[in-house]
Amino acid sequence: MDHADLFTDIASFTIKRRSCLNPDGELLTKRDVQPDMQRWIDIYKGMLLTRLFEHKAVNLQRTGRLGIFATAFAQEAITVTLGHTMAKEDLLCPYYRDTGALLQRGVTMEELLLYWGGDERGSLFQSGNGDFPIATMVASHCLHAAGVAKAFQLRRHRRAVIASCGDGATSRGDFYEALNLAGVWRLPLVFVINNNQWAISVPLPQQTAARTLAQKALAAEVSCEQVDGNDCMAIYYAIREALDKARNNGGPTVIEALTYRVHEHSTADAPEYYRNEEQQRAARQALAFDPVRRLSRYLRSQQKWNDLLENEWLMTCRATIEKAVTGYLHSPADKPESIFHYNYACWPEVLSAQIAELNDDDWTIA
Amino acid sequence: MIGQLPETMVNALNRALHDAMTDNQDIILLGEDIAAKGGVFGVTKGLLARFGADRVIDTPLAEGMLAGISVGLASQGIKPVVEFQFSGFILAALEQIACHAARLRNRTRGRLSCPVVFRAPYGGGSHGAEFHSESPEALFAHLPGLRVVIPSSPAKAYGLLLSSIANPDPVVFLEPKRVYRTFCEPLPQPNTHYPLDRCFILRSGGDVTLVSWGASIQETLAADVTLRQQGIHCDVIDVASIKPLDMATITQSVCKTGRCLIIHEAVRTGGVGAEIAAQISALAFPYLKAPPRRRAGFDIVLPYYRLEPCFMTQPEHIVQSVIQLMNNDVRSAPMSGQSYPSAYPG
Repeated sequence: MDHADLFTDIASFTIKRRSCLNPDGELLTKRDVQPDMQRWIDIYKGMLLTRLFEHKAVNLQRTGRLGIFATAFAQEAITVTLGHTMAKEDLLCPYYRDTGALLQRGVTMEELLLYWGGDERGSLFQSGNGDFPIATMVASHCLHAAGVAKAFQLRRHRRAVIASCGDGATSRGDFYEALNLAGVWRLPLVFVINNNQWAISVPLPQQTAARTLAQKALAAEVSCEQVDGNDCMAIYYAIREALDKARNNGGPTVIEALTYRVHEHSTADAPEYYRNEEQQRAARQALAFDPVRRLSRYLRSQQKWNDLLENEWLMTCRATIEKAVTGYLHSPADKPESIFHYNYACWPEVLSAQIAELNDDDWTIA
Repeated sequence: MIGQLPETMVNALNRALHDAMTDNQDIILLGEDIAAKGGVFGVTKGLLARFGADRVIDTPLAEGMLAGISVGLASQGIKPVVEFQFSGFILAALEQIACHAARLRNRTRGRLSCPVVFRAPYGGGSHGAEFHSESPEALFAHLPGLRVVIPSSPAKAYGLLLSSIANPDPVVFLEPKRVYRTFCEPLPQPNTHYPLDRCFILRSGGDVTLVSWGASIQETLAADVTLRQQGIHCDVIDVASIKPLDMATITQSVCKTGRCLIIHEAVRTGGVGAEIAAQISALAFPYLKAPPRRRAGFDIVLPYYRLEPCFMTQPEHIVQSVIQLMNNDVRSAPMSGQSYPSAYPG
């Protein structure tokens, strides 16, 4: 810097990381977390259910009965807590690692299996909460979330929107454009970034030179924080505060949740091909931060959880999952002509001839 | 129409937006420079004052964002009418339009839908800078889930924009800016909706079917006048609904005339003219006296405006092509100022 010129400090920033529970399940926060005990139990049960269901989904894929599946293994804290914390009237724009959140939001396992099993009916979400379908394309749903948030704002609703995405998504223009707009319009929108350090095979340092993903919010004058992404309590308080703020015209927030993708990106991935030995060791070591074990330790230390409760809950989960899997495996594909029916709300007559073509009856070549 | 002064296309579009917004409180306008400025062409002039800043909204400058937030807004029952400043800048929004606006309904089996109108001035001949002259209708016509509509006159701009706004599906509404202000026409009665999936037959004649849309309708009609003087009578069809195509009307005409010339400004290869010609070849083959022909843009980048006239189809080009068709001359029509060997000598 040329000191001959006059420089004035205009802006500077710090990023704070929130933690409430350490990896041994010991409280770091001075907050009274006892009144929320039932909540921690519910989140814990949600994480177990998600882990078991995702394990089953991977097995279904490995045996040829699902097309593909992406788990949130050892990252369940983010997605489950997110779904748990939202109010029913809030709206979620989820991405493909949000099985945990969607189960909390009332989407059924059978619907999720249909979706991953190549059936659009899996996005019907008959629970009726109005959430967006699972985003397959990275980051573009951040803009849909901004649009929904604008609709809530125009209608003076006290509702908030959550856009959930991974670390790779924060490299895309749609993420930045949504962030910029959220700042300008003070949208009731919360971005939750699952920073699991990997975008398929590309590690974070190759994704961005930024020291945190949270700081990307600062350029748009949007509030931001990092949370320990394996710490359900920290995630819960961060999201609850951000949602309250959004619903009360306080504007948007970016929450970067730090975790680690221990396993593969999806069933179509094999990290041993691109992770070097040190990185594979890091992945194994990341298991020490497992959010499920962490919350279990806390709950047990408070005498709120034990082996008996655990076994009871696991049996309940397995029964629920088995029922859903049976339903999924016995659900026939929709009628062939249904592939036409939902492309347009106002039927273009030209498609009638193409349906006839599909059915191989009375049609004319064109 | 009694008491109805003729209007330009710009004013017709403005009136359509005004009337639609008066009728339906859920309609909002989004775009760049559309509020205080009233749009770079003045299409949204006065609407901010009339409907307020909650309904006429200047956004940050990001076309992908415009299309993306429209998906979210529309899913909640708000009807965005989005203005892209020029169709040349719409490509940044192509992903959101193609992958989300056009697909949300099918993706959710009808649970969420995306009724949005994406408006954009398009086409050449206005002495614009680069990216201010393209005709991208074929790009959008190729995308399932969309409708593509192009008005050719003030009255059609009014009636088609109203029906596009009323339609429950996403509509790409391309406005031929070359004729924004070049002629006036009385508008239909307020709130008249024109059908979205029908061609308009502008002239009737038994010899040749001329098929066009947008600003090229003007050159086509001028050619028709010349041809009529020479004793050649044309059906002139304004396609208007690029997707879905009203092939019934076009085919019926070609079965009558046996000859068809498709005129469009967009580049030739993979253009909408190719689709129409292919369908005519299949549907009207026994009636054809000559192969369906196209008078379309060259397969080149649009020149800057000093040489742009070399690119644009003039009425005499259309006349020349029609005379060749009448002579049942199947040789490729020489382009203006050049000639090359024919693939079909003799």
